[in-house]
Amino acid sequence: MKRTQEEELTTCYHCGENCNGSIVFNQKKFCCEGCKTVYEILNENNLCNYYALNDKPGATLKGVIQTKRFAYLDDEQVKSKLINFNDGDISTVTFNIPKIHCSSCIYLLENIYKLNNGINRSTVRFTSHSVNIAFDNKKITLRQVVELLSSIGYEPDINLNDLEHTERKNYLRTYYIKIAVAFFAFGNIMLLTFPEYLGIGLSSESPMRLFFNYLNFVLSLPLIFYCAQEFFISAWNALKRGSLNMDFPIALGITAMFARSAYEIFSHTGSGYFDTLASLILLMLIGRFFQNKTYDTLSFERDYKSYFPVAVTVVKDGNEISTPLSKLKLGTRILVRNQELIPADSILISSASDIDYSFVTGESTPVMKRSGELVYAGGKNTGNSVELETVKDVSQSYLTSLWNDAIFDKNQAQNISTLATKMSQWFTPVVIFIALASCAYWWRLDLHKAMNALTSVLIITCPCALALSSPFTFGNMIRILGRYKIYLKNTIVIEKLANINSIVFDKTGTLTNTRKSDLDYEGESLGDYELQLVKSLVYHSSHPLSKKISAALNGVKPITTDQFKETEGMGIEGWVDENCVRIGSEKYLYGNTDTANEHGTGFRNASHVYVGINGRVKGYYIIKNEYRAGLAKLVKALNEKVKLYIVSGDNDSEREFLKQYVNESSLVFYQQPADKLQFVKHLQGQGENVMMVGDGLNDAGALKQADVGMAISDDVNNFSPACDGIIEASQFHNIDALLQYSKRGLTIVKISFAISLLYNSIGVFLAIQGTMSPLMAAILMPISSITIVSFTTLASNFLVPPKLKSLD
Amino acid sequence: MSVLFILIGASLILALCFLAGFIISVRNGQFDDDYTPSVRILFDDKTTSSPKKPD
Repeated sequence: MKRTQEEELTTCYHCGENCNGSIVFNQKKFCCEGCKTVYEILNENNLCNYYALNDKPGATLKGVIQTKRFAYLDDEQVKSKLINFNDGDISTVTFNIPKIHCSSCIYLLENIYKLNNGINRSTVRFTSHSVNIAFDNKKITLRQVVELLSSIGYEPDINLNDLEHTERKNYLRTYYIKIAVAFFAFGNIMLLTFPEYLGIGLSSESPMRLFFNYLNFVLSLPLIFYCAQEFFISAWNALKRGSLNMDFPIALGITAMFARSAYEIFSHTGSGYFDTLASLILLMLIGRFFQNKTYDTLSFERDYKSYFPVAVTVVKDGNEISTPLSKLKLGTRILVRNQELIPADSILISSASDIDYSFVTGESTPVMKRSGELVYAGGKNTGNSVELETVKDVSQSYLTSLWNDAIFDKNQAQNISTLATKMSQWFTPVVIFIALASCAYWWRLDLHKAMNALTSVLIITCPCALALSSPFTFGNMIRILGRYKIYLKNTIVIEKLANINSIVFDKTGTLTNTRKSDLDYEGESLGDYELQLVKSLVYHSSHPLSKKISAALNGVKPITTDQFKETEGMGIEGWVDENCVRIGSEKYLYGNTDTANEHGTGFRNASHVYVGINGRVKGYYIIKNEYRAGLAKLVKALNEKVKLYIVSGDNDSEREFLKQYVNESSLVFYQQPADKLQFVKHLQGQGENVMMVGDGLNDAGALKQADVGMAISDDVNNFSPACDGIIEASQFHNIDALLQYSKRGLTIVKISFAISLLYNSIGVFLAIQGTMSPLMAAILMPISSITIVSFTTLASNFLVPPKLKSLD
Repeated sequence: MSVLFILIGASLILALCFLAGFIISVRNGQFDDDYTPSVRILFDDKTTSSPKKPD
């Protein structure tokens, strides 16, 4: 132990990660060359304000390799799909940059024109994590723009989905305009109807009153033909399918109201119900707006294309050509670099490679593949670049063929039977019956009164309050859940959640925490100095197991070393402080001899990493998955209410451990992605309402098939497969509270249905007597709506389960 | 009282102008992002307030 140069642990000035402080620039310490480079670039261009706005705002650049990754951006076809506007000189393009997270990001990205004068303008849209860039084609290419962004740590997320779909239609804008028009009409109609309320004695024939009435009629036209359009369309679509939805009585009420008002005005017999009509449409539009407002930044519709690269490197006659994935043909030689995904099932041509199949199986330990072996699409290469030859098409490969299942067919008729639609199945016939009956009753006595009664019943039963209850309750609940890091796709999900009676969990990544793992050590115990030796070596390796050991040896200070060699799939060897340290697989340490080291069967799943120092094998680390915090409590709470199942793509080594949580018959192992889908389908066949909780692409089929598919994610802005909701990993233990809250939500909706039915019956009672005045309608209908809105909002705020609230 | 015809007409036209203004601003995307501008205004030096005009 001669010169043990202990390095001080510190944090990187750029990204805030722990580092040893060996990379210094301007008296500031960095964790890696990448971070330092970013600082240098920003420093040169006077953009250091970036660091002043927020403490350590950057993202680490460790492990990011700048190669020819973006060569495909020179492809004209890819270019034309990405660029949204091009007038010859100036092109504008919008990139998704998931790393945007603070005001420093906005500052830097909006100032990138200072870094390259080819960029004219850049505008960040924080809420959607995107940046819109206008650049000069003559000075800079699209590829250079992307490379510039990557060089400062903001790599755009370019995927096949972006290329295939045009920009998502901004439905919010339509709603803003519709609501504005409705509000405009509502305000003016109210103003013009006001004299009626006060009973100002204008005779029905006075020109002033006629003028007001005709104006009201004109103002109501955009309401009917523009704002209320969607109610008619939705009612008509449901009718075509042979069902009645809540929009049908709404459309009927609106029509009756409009027809009767128009008749009254043109026959000079009254002023009509335009005020009620306007307030009704306005309120219902606001309800729709709440119902449809979701999280713009989160994507719930991702399929494998979002994960797969846009282009692959094809090797042809010794040349590397970047080719868009859509043009990839069978039998093509491709090159897959470190950390790149394998796009299609292929045969390995290079000698050996470590493939990380965590996307496919959920198992995070890389698998060693040799030349000639088949590697499946979706695996990630974690070693040196390898050459492959494709044997299947991209869409026909092992993982991607999952998306050929009928469940992913988007044209499938949406068969949602919500409480509201169930209710309207009997509500509408009853309303029509009452209307016709009262009309028939009055017919013999007074034709005018008969028409009056008919229209009044249709108007007063227009289920405005009824239609508002679920959007306001569930919409408010979605916002509240969002505060507690549970993000649901839409309001229907809450209703479905309330009816769940089976939950299927994926194991790896869902029940277990992939970021943390249990580390045991067996063998000769290691002293402090020896631990330092181990840490110094694993610190330099990018292998997941090394990273885990490194993370476990958190407090240990590494010793500087630059003499080390990593053998793919085997281990790492290096000289640290004049000691020869070898860390790796059993074979790597013992050589090729059959040491036949026997382990207890309980450890089969666990990965072993052997440690040898100066030619002597000291022992091995056992790395086991760690289960998420609060799992035991959650399972206990859930077991009382629902049936639990665990479906794992892994081997059954943890059967004994999981048995304490669920019945042995509910534990299924060795499940392929398609098996998981079938498992969920099978449960549904038995009449169960299934919620699937998963995390990876391997669960995608099951998530989609289940009544509710919930994805667990460590970072909600990053990867998550298509699902109905995303739960941030820290909130995993609150799944029971989520179910409880949805049940309460459904109760709130039921109560508010009862309230609005009560209002309706009062109205109907007046209407069938033919005595309902327009003023009565104008008072009764908004009051019922306002009661519902305030009741649901207050109740859904008040009934949040305390467990959900106790954040952290 | 007949002045009311003119006043009501004028108020309607004025309201229509505001409505048109709102619709134009929505179409321009001014309501798409309600967070970034609140941050942007706090930056000391000029950022996008004077973008370089393409020449």
